[in-house]
Amino acid sequence: MAEDAKRLAIIAAHGSMDAAYPPMILSTAALALDMEAAIFFTFFGLQILKKGNADKLKVVPVANPAMPMSIPNLVGALPGMTAMATGMMNSWMKKSNVAKLSELLDLAVEGGVRMIACQMTMDVMGIKKEELIDGIEIGGAATFLNFASQNAITLAF
Amino acid sequence: MSVTPDETLDCSGLACPMPILKTKKAIDALQVGQVLKMIATDPGSSSDMNAWTQKTGHELLESQQDGSKFIFFIKKTK
Repeated sequence: MAEDAKRLAIIAAHGSMDAAYPPMILSTAALALDMEAAIFFTFFGLQILKKGNADKLKVVPVANPAMPMSIPNLVGALPGMTAMATGMMNSWMKKSNVAKLSELLDLAVEGGVRMIACQMTMDVMGIKKEELIDGIEIGGAATFLNFASQNAITLAF
Repeated sequence: MSVTPDETLDCSGLACPMPILKTKKAIDALQVGQVLKMIATDPGSSSDMNAWTQKTGHELLESQQDGSKFIFFIKKTK
């Protein structure tokens, strides 16, 4: 039998609220399962790491046919619809007592999840290290792959 | 079967992944051989506590359901 994977390696490439939750939930859960975890934040995923931004990420109704309340694309594109969908989702999450993204980020950093911000994306988008939360590192594809290549489960969001 | 817990952790109302994060923290604070009683209301916790004990090697002595509450007794093994 193959040895159990001891590591979880995640790529977070999207910056919407619904795309940000799975990496944060799974990486913190990995710590609780005595696994190591790393997240490579690249492209729009970098928005999750911006200071004070995690709880402001949005749910986008356009081109999202799985919204609980189906919103036609033309309607979803109207001003205010993204804010409405985000507000609705936030209130449901709160009602179900789901931890905020900022809380999960804190738990991940405190628990030792390697939070790798993609250097290339930072250059492309003009994001400086000071704009990102503390406790992260900056790296590239090799940094992530070196971690992932050592018996890791690898997921991309 | 009655197990006397050394510590009790109430995760009522909390959603995934908080119950397992808190359980892990609580177990870390115990001595080997001691028992944690964990209470959760998240229906996913039954499956998750089974998986968590399987992966971490701690022992799930007993799990009960009392109305909307799921109660687990976990023995720290290492």
